[in-house]
Amino acid sequence: MIELINVSKKFGRLSVLNNINLLFEEGQCVALIGPNGCGKTTLIKSILGMVLPDGGDIIFKEKNIKNDFEYRKNIGYMPQIGRYPENMSIGQVIEMIKNIRQSNNNIDEDLLNQFQLNQMFYKQMRTLSGGTTQKVSATLAFLFNPDVLILDEPTAGLDPLSSEILKEKILKEKQNGKLILITSHLLSELDELVSHLIFMQEGKINFYQSIETLKRETGEDKISKVISKILKQQN
Amino acid sequence: MNRIIKFIILDILKNKIVLAYTILLAAFSWSAFSLEDGSTKGVLTILNIILLIVPLVSILFATIYIYNSSEFIELLLSQPIHRNKIWLSLFIGLSISLLSAFLIAAGIPLILFAESLVGFMMIVVGCLISTVFIAIAFLSSILSRDKAKGIGISILLWLYFALLFDGLVLFLLFQFSDYPIEKMMVGITASSPIDLARILILLHLNVSAMMGYSGAIFKDFFGSNLGLFIAFMLLICWILFPFLLSLKIFNKKDL
Amino acid sequence: MRVLLFSIFLFSSFIIDAKTLLIGNNYFYKKIKLALNDAVNGDTIIVEKGFYKEGNIVIDKSVFLLGKDFPVLDGEKKFEVLTVKANYVTIKGFIIQHSSYAVLDDPGGIKIYNSSYVTIQNNQLFDNFFGIYIQESKHCIVKDNKISALIKTEQEIGNGVHCWKSDSLQIIGNNISGNRDGIYFEFVTNSIIWRNISCNNLRYGLHFMFSHNDSYITNIFKNNGAGVAVMFTKKVTMMNNTFENNWGDSSYGLLLKDISDSYIATNKFYNNTSGIYIEGSNRLLIEKNIFEANGWGMKIQASCMDNYIEKNNFIGNTFDVSTNGTLVLNTFNENYWDKYEGYDLNKDNVGDVPYHPLSLFSVIVENCPPAMLIYRSFIVTLLDKSEKILPSLTPENFIDNKPLMRAIKL
Repeated sequence: MIELINVSKKFGRLSVLNNINLLFEEGQCVALIGPNGCGKTTLIKSILGMVLPDGGDIIFKEKNIKNDFEYRKNIGYMPQIGRYPENMSIGQVIEMIKNIRQSNNNIDEDLLNQFQLNQMFYKQMRTLSGGTTQKVSATLAFLFNPDVLILDEPTAGLDPLSSEILKEKILKEKQNGKLILITSHLLSELDELVSHLIFMQEGKINFYQSIETLKRETGEDKISKVISKILKQQN
Repeated sequence: MNRIIKFIILDILKNKIVLAYTILLAAFSWSAFSLEDGSTKGVLTILNIILLIVPLVSILFATIYIYNSSEFIELLLSQPIHRNKIWLSLFIGLSISLLSAFLIAAGIPLILFAESLVGFMMIVVGCLISTVFIAIAFLSSILSRDKAKGIGISILLWLYFALLFDGLVLFLLFQFSDYPIEKMMVGITASSPIDLARILILLHLNVSAMMGYSGAIFKDFFGSNLGLFIAFMLLICWILFPFLLSLKIFNKKDL
Repeated sequence: MRVLLFSIFLFSSFIIDAKTLLIGNNYFYKKIKLALNDAVNGDTIIVEKGFYKEGNIVIDKSVFLLGKDFPVLDGEKKFEVLTVKANYVTIKGFIIQHSSYAVLDDPGGIKIYNSSYVTIQNNQLFDNFFGIYIQESKHCIVKDNKISALIKTEQEIGNGVHCWKSDSLQIIGNNISGNRDGIYFEFVTNSIIWRNISCNNLRYGLHFMFSHNDSYITNIFKNNGAGVAVMFTKKVTMMNNTFENNWGDSSYGLLLKDISDSYIATNKFYNNTSGIYIEGSNRLLIEKNIFEANGWGMKIQASCMDNYIEKNNFIGNTFDVSTNGTLVLNTFNENYWDKYEGYDLNKDNVGDVPYHPLSLFSVIVENCPPAMLIYRSFIVTLLDKSEKILPSLTPENFIDNKPLMRAIKL
């Protein structure tokens, strides 16, 4: 569904993405992990077209995304730190995005209801806590029932209850056959969710495997253990 | 795109600064026409407003607004919208808000009190100047990621066009006063939107003095229909060039 | 005594003998020339309405030449139309047109040579090289004529009323347009120019040189190429004239060059590039004039001395005054300046703070005319304001010590 071919990106001299080749398929739930500054967010933003790669191509549903924007209709994006126009209220932001997308059919308001954002519609964005902002971000990502969900640190800042709601939602969508990309530091959170694992280091893909294969190869049960074992082996 | 423009305008309207700008401008304009005995002095007051305050407010407000909209831009970028549209919507939204402020505050007294041709000219030129400086704000804010630096660039550009440029012209005039430089000066004027605006209005206002020694040459150029057309085209270029350049940079920018 | 008796006798016989000759298709005389031939001094010649092409008509007798219903005298572009070479000639009620064109002998519609007491009244002169040309004559009256010409280049057209080396002339109530100079005076003394309208002339509305002890009063000079020029003259009185709409490069409402001991009062200078331009002039009294909406109200060069500029109104001029040097030998007093920003605590209508009418920018423009390009820019305002507070470049004694708070009613 999404294919990255020789994608590279430099910020000044710093090479952030170095010849990345990846292929994502429907129904996958891919965890993108790696140390800070390894290029996870840049990779995600490249797929979203917010960062323009210096070289290589990104193919989305058999179409190159270069100079295209329509493909983003099929993507729901939840940023690491959601930043919204401060003067607008939650309701206005949601209304505006709905307006811009102009897709009134197939609206998925599960999260909206479960997070009980309805009752806070009037609240200004600048008055919101980090957690609530994350809830708005999550709601917006899932709102239009997209084929691809890109979630950058989705559970960071969420209270356990909300975190659980979101995870359940992710699972549900995964079962609906959607492609889900997650970056996270909390490896424990990913255990029940992900089907594949990408480990990035210094702008390169260290490995990209399905969870079953990894677990089988390492004999470990938890993702955190799996990773530490592999890294030890590599060293 | 219309929806985005609508959101931006609503957002700006909620921002009290534009409202304050409108009230301030209106206070200046109305008092200028009601206090001074002749309408000429009122017109001159508004001329100063057009040449100083309008550019300053336009460039500063636009720069700050663009920086403050970075979240908004980011949010829109993850949506299925072309980058051109986002940037253009921002530009149009800002232009509409600031131009309406100018039209309401200065335009109405001009229509009521000034001689119709002069008033019309000043309204058109004022709108163009406001838009020019919004366009310049777009360029200066895309050049730097740092807000403080971007605002600094904007203020410097305003200082340059409103003050330093004329000082430079004065210096050049004295340096080369032994040569016939009038025609060259017409060319140099074109490189500052504020000077273009000023001369366009002056030619409709203070004809007698402009007709003096070298005024004839300016009059010959800017007074003719062709010159008037060229001057307006130049002002429009002053809008298009910075904006399109900023658009080009924006399209290639990583956010 | 005998001489007196004789002259009375002569004079009365003159009156008794005077006869009237009629000219027209229905009369004995079909041509003016024939009638003139038969006429004697004191005769009246009445010309009926008609079209007369008689080449150059020379009037060498003291006759009254009267036109009835404006007969047309046409020079066919080949002849001077009327030539006057006698005293006591009156020419009234003609349309005189199409004189010849020559640079050397300056032909005119009516030309007066060495004569006295000639009256030219109520004629319409059209498309002549010179309109009315007076040379070496005295006591002539040019009154209520309408003189117009088609606009051509300066070389192809002469002056409306041209007076040279004459004395005691009266130029009154004429309407002159489309000539090179409307009225031209050179070496003309003790004369008056009164109630004329001179507009749309190529060069000057009034061109005035070496003509002492003259007055011009209540004339209107409008839309002339270079305004009015008064040069190399003593004792001129200029009163109650209007100088209006004289536009363009080196164009002045009134140009004064080398004038002395003259009086300029109650004139109105409106909408000129420069209201008055004064150069090399001394002992002028300029008072109670209105300078309004000019580019420069008054340009007074440093070559001027001992001039008094008092009780004038300066209103709505771009620059009220300017000068080209630092030497100030003229006195400004009790003028009204609309740009004056001082106060009047004792309410005597005289501002308590002296006024410096010379702005820094006007000095800059004087030295470097293209600087007009940055007129009304912010930097100019700054410079002017700082100069007002701390004069450094403008002459400090260029000052009106008693600026008035209100305009003088004129």
